[in-house]
Amino acid sequence: MSVSPVESESAGQQKQHHRIEELESVTIRFAGDSGDGMQLAGTQFTNASAVLGNDVSTLPDFPAEIRAPAGTLAGVSGFQVHFSSRDIHTPGDRLNALVAMNPAALKTNLKDLEPNGILIINSDAFGKNDLQKAGYTSNPLEDGSLKNYRVITIPINTLNRQAVAEVKMSPREVDRCKNFFALGVVYWLYERPLEATLRWIREKFAKNPAVMEANTRSLKAGYNYGETAELLPVHYRVPPASIKPGTYRKITGNEALAIGLVSATTLAEIPLVYATYPITPASDILHFLAGMKRYGVRTIQAEDEIAAIGMAIGASFGGAMGVTGSSGPGICLKAEATGLAVMTELPVVIIDVQRGGPSTGLPTKTEQADLLLAMYGRNGECPVAVVAPCSPADCFTMAFEAVRLAIRYMTPVIYLSDGYLANGAEPWRIPKVEDLPRIKVTHPTQPNSNGNGSAKFLPYKRDERLVREWAVPGTPGLEHRIGGLEKEDVTGNVSYDPQNHEHMVRTRAQKIANIANDIPELEVFGPKSGDLLVVGWGGTYGAIVTAVERAQRKGYSVAHAHLRYLNPMPKNTEQVLKSYKKVLVPELNCGQLRLLLRGIYFVDAIGLNKIQGKPFLVSEIEDKIAEILAK
Amino acid sequence: MSTVSLPTLTAKDLASDQEVRWCPGCGDYSILAQMKKALAGVGIPREKIVFISGIGCSSRFPYYMNTYGMHTIHGRAPTFATGLKVFRPDLSVWVITGDGDGLSIGGNHLIHAIRRNVDIKIILFNNEIYGLTKGQYSPTSRQGTRTKSSPLGSVEHPLRPLSIAIGAEATFVARTIDVDINHLTSILKRASEHKGTAFVEIYQNCKIFNDGVFDYATDKSVKADNTLYLEHGKPLIFGKDRNKGIRLHNLDPEVVTLDGGVSVDDLLIHDERAEEPSLAYLLSRMVYPRFPECMGVFRCIRRPTYEEQVNSQIEETIRTKGKGKLEELFASDDTWVVK
Ligand code: SF4
Repeated sequence: MSVSPVESESAGQQKQHHRIEELESVTIRFAGDSGDGMQLAGTQFTNASAVLGNDVSTLPDFPAEIRAPAGTLAGVSGFQVHFSSRDIHTPGDRLNALVAMNPAALKTNLKDLEPNGILIINSDAFGKNDLQKAGYTSNPLEDGSLKNYRVITIPINTLNRQAVAEVKMSPREVDRCKNFFALGVVYWLYERPLEATLRWIREKFAKNPAVMEANTRSLKAGYNYGETAELLPVHYRVPPASIKPGTYRKITGNEALAIGLVSATTLAEIPLVYATYPITPASDILHFLAGMKRYGVRTIQAEDEIAAIGMAIGASFGGAMGVTGSSGPGICLKAEATGLAVMTELPVVIIDVQRGGPSTGLPTKTEQADLLLAMYGRNGECPVAVVAPCSPADCFTMAFEAVRLAIRYMTPVIYLSDGYLANGAEPWRIPKVEDLPRIKVTHPTQPNSNGNGSAKFLPYKRDERLVREWAVPGTPGLEHRIGGLEKEDVTGNVSYDPQNHEHMVRTRAQKIANIANDIPELEVFGPKSGDLLVVGWGGTYGAIVTAVERAQRKGYSVAHAHLRYLNPMPKNTEQVLKSYKKVLVPELNCGQLRLLLRGIYFVDAIGLNKIQGKPFLVSEIEDKIAEILAK
Repeated sequence: MSTVSLPTLTAKDLASDQEVRWCPGCGDYSILAQMKKALAGVGIPREKIVFISGIGCSSRFPYYMNTYGMHTIHGRAPTFATGLKVFRPDLSVWVITGDGDGLSIGGNHLIHAIRRNVDIKIILFNNEIYGLTKGQYSPTSRQGTRTKSSPLGSVEHPLRPLSIAIGAEATFVARTIDVDINHLTSILKRASEHKGTAFVEIYQNCKIFNDGVFDYATDKSVKADNTLYLEHGKPLIFGKDRNKGIRLHNLDPEVVTLDGGVSVDDLLIHDERAEEPSLAYLLSRMVYPRFPECMGVFRCIRRPTYEEQVNSQIEETIRTKGKGKLEELFASDDTWVVK
């Protein structure tokens, strides 16, 4: 655990009831029934902490069912927040504090709480029936099973009802405020300011004064209760982190992605057409973009996954940036159309927010098992560019990159995010618009050849990078036809010629390989050579970098490199891989990147593989590093 | 570079340099020729025309038109057309499909494009057979059709393409035949002029695998008795001697002979602009040999198109709230400054 208490007042001082301890980092999880508003409580806590200047990292965890039966284990929803005065990269391994709004939440989350951790329990939800629904045979509040924790039981329902007694609302509505009461207690416990949340309540419920008033009262009552009831002899302070100066906001991966797409296309001065079919965990991207009409974004909720990518490619044919987004099951359905975009050499960005598979799998859980699908999951020799963001904020940068590469190389780009990145949040240093790259778009207006004395447009004539021109309908004189049948080199006419086919397959592959000249080199965190290199990709970045950092502090000769470009990989990848005695590849799959590294670079990489629908704990990677280097 | 100016656009200008590769005698040739003729006459510049097709014999069509074109994947052509049209309302976008492409593998896209009323023209070549895959029965093949995949006759009940289109809330629905070249040209022109999804079914003879399946509607000796050419505002009359008509008996159509007992006033009057699609649907259900099959425009109404509505939401938002600036987008949540 990363908590190092520093007492700001000595324990001997008498003048105040509550000691304040300063902590470097805290990890807390709000857990309750999916109807208890835990996601909201967690988000508000994150905002308050971010605005206070902490570095934050979050991990929401919700059930696949929208409303599983209340009080059952299947219906538990959680939101974990790691906040710190240091630069952090993960939502935290072990919980320092857990809020459990009912027995089911306690049962499913207790194992993650550290010994002597703070356990805040809504004792009003521990009736016989509630206990039974969660499968408890005896009441954990009474049977001594919680003796290793600092338990704070609060009759939250009762106190909350008292707090809002004067507001005219139905009993049901009253009870719905109880998450704000719990939040108030936690704000007191960790000295968080209430202002940001109070403002949010005012704005959110502007049209419903009763609810606004009730939530405000609940939050304040919870805070005051914490202060006056002497819940603990101590409360905590996590000072602001010293992070790079700038203006910050909190951002989730899906938000960052949406904003990245809009930024890239706005600066490229082309329309963004986002066509998609709702699917967890990618639907939020549609929701964000549908609200961006002021930026000229056109969103299409297509009839199915195949329609969505067809619409995106059709838009690109017309000169827009066509983008489609989905998760693994949808990406499978888009395979044939992706091949068409490879053949017609049109730009299109295909977002895969990965989730647990195969088939419907674990819709709300994270996994990284679509890498080989992205690389090879199509008929024929069908290479596309593949990129993967490494943190929620990096989703902005890589969305920008995906658009840039798609346009610059006239190719589909698959963007591999995952459920953890999509829903997780961290502070994002807002870039200056003038610092962002401009993507250059050129649509030809003149024919590009003069064969037989008459000017002609040859759709498959290429530049030195092997990229063809993007001529769009409406341009006089450049009328041409493209399609999925094999193209004759240069003219683009249908061709079944054997030599031409081989030439075109190799040309398309070389075009994608050429992208390596246009992307940054693989960066190494740590020594440039040594005993062990830990190589990751995608959302495992935070856990790997933290583990490697700790291993380095312990004196191990270990470095970290993270691949954000997977096809092609950066030019120096082989050289980096071969500078270390051993290579470890932690992945949330059975070893897909490892297979690629072995196949492409003949590196005898070791795998650390976890397939539980959950991100890595830092300790899991740390232990593996120690194990390898102990040999 | 020679740009084509409108008045001089001829059918020849619309022909690409590619050799046409349908089987000799295929009905597709006539459709291609009439399409060029129709488009030469409507005054749309060549560069503004886009043909998008799926897979099948008919879907080779775009290669033969000297316009913009895209030969896409099986059944999905309407989706590409939708994505293109949504931000390029300036283009005249045509989808070329067949009975297998449009109604089997692509049925979902067909109904949803029609439902949205995207301003595209969907031309479905119905030959009641799979041609390119060498002769299996299709979703429009009549029950009992003997093919390689149905040696004892197909047991499947066929779809009526126009009934599907009307059921999907189509704003323009028409039918014509490959060999009736004047009618075909006029229907294509009407489709081109329609604002919204225009759905046209063309009976097309597959010389190789289903030759003569529409003889009842094309053979000079019988066609007048087996087809009924619709005219807006006119009674439903047909027959060699123009002495037969369609009247409504309860909720069903009925063939009657105009003699002393039945007069023209008893017959159904065709109203292609009726908001309520029931009568158009009823006409789409009239199938030979029980009834003459209707040709012409079944339905033509105006409803806002998909792209008109999408784009007007955007324009309206920009008009009332101003064009978005990236700086505002970045700061669309609580921000804080670290010094
Ligand atoms: S198989 Fe039939 S439909 Fe296809 S080209 Fe030949 S005749 Fe025409």
